Amino acid sequence: MTNLIEAQDISGEHYNFAYLDEQTKRMIRRAILKGIAIPGYQVPFAAREMPMPYGWGTGGVQVTAAVIGKDDCLKMIDQGSDDTTNAVALRNFFVETTGVGTTTKTKDASIIQTRHRIPEETLTKDQVLVYQVPIPEPLRFLEPRETETRKMHALEEYGLMHVKLYEDIAKFGHIATAYAYPVMVQGRYVMDPSPTPKFDNPKMDQMEALQLFGAGREKRIYAIPPHTNVVSLDFEDHPFEVTKFEQPCAICGAENVYLDEVILDNDGNRMFVCSDSDFCEDRRAAGHVGLLGTNPLDADKTTEEAE
Amino acid sequence: MSTQATASIFARAPAPGFSDPVHNAQSVFRAAMNAMAQPGTIQQLSDLALTPPAPLSVSATALVLTLCDYDTPLWLDADLAANDVVKNYIRFHTAAPFVESPAEASFALVANTKRLPAIASFAAGTSEYPDRSTTIILMVEDLKTGQGVTLQGPGIKTEKQFSVSPTPPVFWQQMQDNSRLFPLGVDVIFASDHQLAGIPRSSQISGLEA
Repeated sequence: MTNLIEAQDISGEHYNFAYLDEQTKRMIRRAILKGIAIPGYQVPFAAREMPMPYGWGTGGVQVTAAVIGKDDCLKMIDQGSDDTTNAVALRNFFVETTGVGTTTKTKDASIIQTRHRIPEETLTKDQVLVYQVPIPEPLRFLEPRETETRKMHALEEYGLMHVKLYEDIAKFGHIATAYAYPVMVQGRYVMDPSPTPKFDNPKMDQMEALQLFGAGREKRIYAIPPHTNVVSLDFEDHPFEVTKFEQPCAICGAENVYLDEVILDNDGNRMFVCSDSDFCEDRRAAGHVGLLGTNPLDADKTTEEAE
Repeated sequence: MSTQATASIFARAPAPGFSDPVHNAQSVFRAAMNAMAQPGTIQQLSDLALTPPAPLSVSATALVLTLCDYDTPLWLDADLAANDVVKNYIRFHTAAPFVESPAEASFALVANTKRLPAIASFAAGTSEYPDRSTTIILMVEDLKTGQGVTLQGPGIKTEKQFSVSPTPPVFWQQMQDNSRLFPLGVDVIFASDHQLAGIPRSSQISGLEA
């Protein structure tokens, strides 16, 4: 019996560079230029279906695909980490469709695509930070109609957002929004910084790198050029506060960085470690050690060697 | 077919576009993106083997090939609009529809700054869709930093001195009025021979020369 369908070679070289066809890239590139010219404004674009589900970063992937060139060096992070599922899957996607070099080192990357974190290391003017955005409209949960939110942005009618923050204060005594904390861009547009922890908001202000935001399902692209004013919304008597952690990173001892909580056992023991894995590795390499910074297996080895 | 007939077909055929359409368009876009993200800085275009028909420059042509297609109504200045070789070249490579009215254009290509109509005559977008505006690709002879008008705003740390030549006398005044429309307004990409610079609507312009 003969095989009716012959095995087909579906290796990367059969795709256009960076997967997207050239017309799609042109359309996305035009949206990016408009986004840069109108900081914080959500530019509609004709997002394509991508070979990954919505919610996996199809918007960020399309923006990166339109920007990336063969000489770029790509870093891909998911919640600050280079080695979680989303980061690994999307990094491999670009390796297969572009063949560009990749890195986990923040300072070596020319394009950093991120899901929900901004690297701890200060970014430079030659870098581009691409955010994956699930819901680009900061007013969406306050006003479900797109026609209305569009009007609200046109008229700079952002009172509703302040009411929401005020209700937080009335209920909890403080602004309880901890991620996707709304910002005002260059004094004009209220923008959703994507679900980054509010800890990262101050890094967006006057950042030297270009920040691009892509929302695939919602079909929006927006941008913050370098050196742009990004202010977290707040009140005079309830100023914006950055999340503070009570203890340093358990592995590298870093302070004033964003930490993830890791449950250690069934007895409720836990540790807090750097969310930015590259930053943590760099500090470890430089000799910084936190409370739990030694590997128990290493300790066994040393004991064995000693014995 | 006789060699004479073949030769005449080639004589009438439009000049070639990018030698490497994918990567050339990418590198030109990156230059344009950086030009917009850092207003008033000069971006070099890498070597492009483009041979556009006169009076189109390599950089302006590269921008058109990179950004325009059947989705982008294109407005040409009066000289270009009367030039069939130029129109055939752009139509063949991009399929962009030409429009008569600057207010209908996504992109405007201006080869001679003297032929630039009032900037206010281009589309500035609407308050709900400020992105529905014209991007002007303006061919110039020279781009300079460190002199000329002062730019401030997004993409500029403190301020930036920038000059282009030639510019029509009312140009900077009109650009200043344009930036007052923010978030509406047009964006301008200046294209000298192998260089680009941009002034988006978000840049505030001061220090106009008398």
